[in-house]
Amino acid sequence: MALYSEKVMDHFRNPRNVGVIEDADGVGEVGNAKCGDIMKMYLKIDDDIISDVKFETFGCGSAIASSSMATELIKGKPVSEALELTNKAVAEALDGLPAYKMHCSVLAEEAIKSALDDYYTRKGINPKEQ
Amino acid sequence: MSEAIRTEIYADNAATTKMSDAAIEAMLTVMKEQYGNPSSLYSVGQNAKEILEKAREEIASVINASPSEIIFTSGGSEADNQAIRSAAETGRKNGKMHIISTAFEHHAVLHTLKRLESEGFEVTLLDVHEDGIVRVEELEKAIREDTCLVTVMFANNEIGTIQPIREIGAVCRAKGVLFHTDAVQAVGHVPIDVKELNVDMLSSSAHKFHGPKGIGFLYAKKGVRITNLIEGGAQEGGKRAGTENVAAVAGMAAALKETASRMTENAAHMTEMRDRLIDGLIKIPHSALNGDRARRLPGNTNFCFEGIEGESLLLLLDDRGICASSGSACTSGSLDPSHVLLAIGRVHDVAHGSLRLTVGEDITAEQVDYMIRNVTEVVEYLRSFSPVWRDLMSGKTQFIL
Repeated sequence: MALYSEKVMDHFRNPRNVGVIEDADGVGEVGNAKCGDIMKMYLKIDDDIISDVKFETFGCGSAIASSSMATELIKGKPVSEALELTNKAVAEALDGLPAYKMHCSVLAEEAIKSALDDYYTRKGINPKEQ
Repeated sequence: MSEAIRTEIYADNAATTKMSDAAIEAMLTVMKEQYGNPSSLYSVGQNAKEILEKAREEIASVINASPSEIIFTSGGSEADNQAIRSAAETGRKNGKMHIISTAFEHHAVLHTLKRLESEGFEVTLLDVHEDGIVRVEELEKAIREDTCLVTVMFANNEIGTIQPIREIGAVCRAKGVLFHTDAVQAVGHVPIDVKELNVDMLSSSAHKFHGPKGIGFLYAKKGVRITNLIEGGAQEGGKRAGTENVAAVAGMAAALKETASRMTENAAHMTEMRDRLIDGLIKIPHSALNGDRARRLPGNTNFCFEGIEGESLLLLLDDRGICASSGSACTSGSLDPSHVLLAIGRVHDVAHGSLRLTVGEDITAEQVDYMIRNVTEVVEYLRSFSPVWRDLMSGKTQFIL
């Protein structure tokens, strides 16, 4: 039995949306090098729609695959939908992750939330009042 | 019909080795023809007993021990457990409850020591310094009146550094302290003479020298009191109960005999290939070799690459047909990277980006060059989208390596 699902390996080998958005509207970075995982997400938002998203990740296979899948799940979606992305949805879309790798999907969720927080902060909006 | 041949370079010989034909044949013969129980008195049983004892002689002669000093075990971990437990038992009886070891032992040793600590023993773990080598002066200073055992591995399983076993043996002998060495990575690969090295107990595992898994041995010098881990029948001089795995023992002996007979030429070739590999990988920017460059096992190369994580490196190397290992947390299922890398002073950030390549006797220069090329490419690729690498390159954070 392989360590990871075919989906995980596909997203790990051919990660989608890798890179940087220089004029991003929101940037989020979570994790730390001490623990061995860092994810950085860049969002471009137009009319409340995530028009572009890029990521950079330092981490294991499932961390890279989770980042890639998470970007795919929010690209082209309204911000409100992106805010509701859960780690479970990321893991499910990858056809599952080994139990001890679930934290990678949590990190992906947190990275997107952190980038959206940054977007709101820059705009001077409190999302809770929306 | 043409079929693409997938490259496969097995560079994880410290994890396990491919069984030799001699070992497989020896096992098959025993399984097919010598199925008797060595404890039975009829000839079928006694034939099996004969195979067992011949294997014991062959194994003993490789390390210059007597056959009666060899106890067959299920492998290196059991041998480590039994050696340490035995010395502790003797120590407890004599009111000596202090044990000295090192910070980078195999977990079979460290976890046994942890258990003994909970039973009232005191354990001193010696520093292994940046080069991964124990200092004999520090060991000498650490020995106390109540020290019952010194256990120091022969060669480290991750970074391959070879310890000053002869000097440690001499100090222990002079101070009257028992000396055990976990020689799992060393047996069959470097010359070992237990008498010359003043070793009292030594652990070994067959699958590290082209023998089968699930079998190993403990050398215990005549007169060293051995405690049973497994109670039962009178096998192995009453020191290890259970009907002997005759086939595996025969396989182990055949493998060791062959490996030992070619040790000098194999070591020369592997050392040359290892040095070629090190020279190639050291050219990768912000990389560092782990462990002393010269005093290491012939086949061992271990590097840290800054800005990347080990597991993704292994997966991509696997795609290119290279079997390797890493000390990153993600490969161990724990949060911390390798205790060995931490023990030689590598901080977490770089310890996660480690790569161990342990080549075998049949490695070729072409394969080494293929590994250098592919490791270099994969490290560069992973760095291309690593936020850690970006921060290092932009000067936001400082390089460690």
